Amino acid sequence: MKFGVVVFPGTWSDKDCLRILGPVMGHEAVSIWHEETDLQGCDAIVLPGGFSYGDYLRAGAIARFAPVMGSIKAFAERGGLVLGICNGFQILLEAGLLPGAMLRNESLQFRCQWTYLRVENAATPFTQLCQPGQVIRVPISHGEGNYFADEATLDALEASGGVLLRYCDAYGNATPESNPNGSRRNIAGIVSPGRNVAAMMPHPERCGEAILGGEDGRLIFGSMVAALAGRRSVAAV
Amino acid sequence: MTNETPTHTTPTAETQPLWLARIRVTLKPVVLDPQGDAVLTGLHQLGFTDVTTVRAGKYLEVSLHAATEDAAATAVRQMCEKLLANPVIERYDFTVEAGDAIGQ
Repeated sequence: MKFGVVVFPGTWSDKDCLRILGPVMGHEAVSIWHEETDLQGCDAIVLPGGFSYGDYLRAGAIARFAPVMGSIKAFAERGGLVLGICNGFQILLEAGLLPGAMLRNESLQFRCQWTYLRVENAATPFTQLCQPGQVIRVPISHGEGNYFADEATLDALEASGGVLLRYCDAYGNATPESNPNGSRRNIAGIVSPGRNVAAMMPHPERCGEAILGGEDGRLIFGSMVAALAGRRSVAAV
Repeated sequence: MTNETPTHTTPTAETQPLWLARIRVTLKPVVLDPQGDAVLTGLHQLGFTDVTTVRAGKYLEVSLHAATEDAAATAVRQMCEKLLANPVIERYDFTVEAGDAIGQ
């Protein structure tokens, strides 16, 4: 499988993504500079975390106009797998590829900590190696991850299985205390109606090796690999 | 997206008069504003106990060439819709005046 990791000025988690996808999990992973429009034949695209364009105006607001974003939008419209992580989530929201917006954390503090996440929808290319309701442990690192959408949008998201991950405690209870940023309904990750565009604030690329304190991040990328392998075998029949 | 082009038809010509737009971007009332709440707490601690609400927002000054004030306003509205405000969480208003008194 070939993964493309998009790099904007100010992206900071691209090396972690390249590492887990490349040497750790054994796939081809290439950097794609934001000024490029050629996605290099990648099977999936990752928009990593960071502070693209310094978060000027709003996080992700400027990045969405980068040349590469036109190609990614077309790729997504063709059904290509796109995963946004942290700043990548903010960019996908600003680009209108996913619903909602990000606000400053309710605490006004930058939060860098481990979180527990409950897998709300395990029937997606990003979570298919998980069990429904499984609790995974993935770190966050953001100051603007307070997911907001109006009630009607949230209801539609819930009803359509669009909520991918929810902040919870170690036992899977989505409590106010386990919500690190004030996100509406403890939402940590969402997925598009077509199930091919997903985004999450926590960083799966930072927990793919035991030495980093956890390996649950592999479940997300491993799910993408399994989904892509499934597509190939269907195409080959 | 990158292929979005401005839909206002006025060609940018430096011979056209300059206008100054003063743009306010604020959070919609339905959106909680922790920054405003923190400032409110600070004001209360300073003794300004009559203060009931604080909402924090953004203020931008944009200078642009346009044939008329209406044309300038149309362009600024498009800027707000496409970039300067996020309609999911924010609303905006602005004024347009002659001149380029940026920062004054």
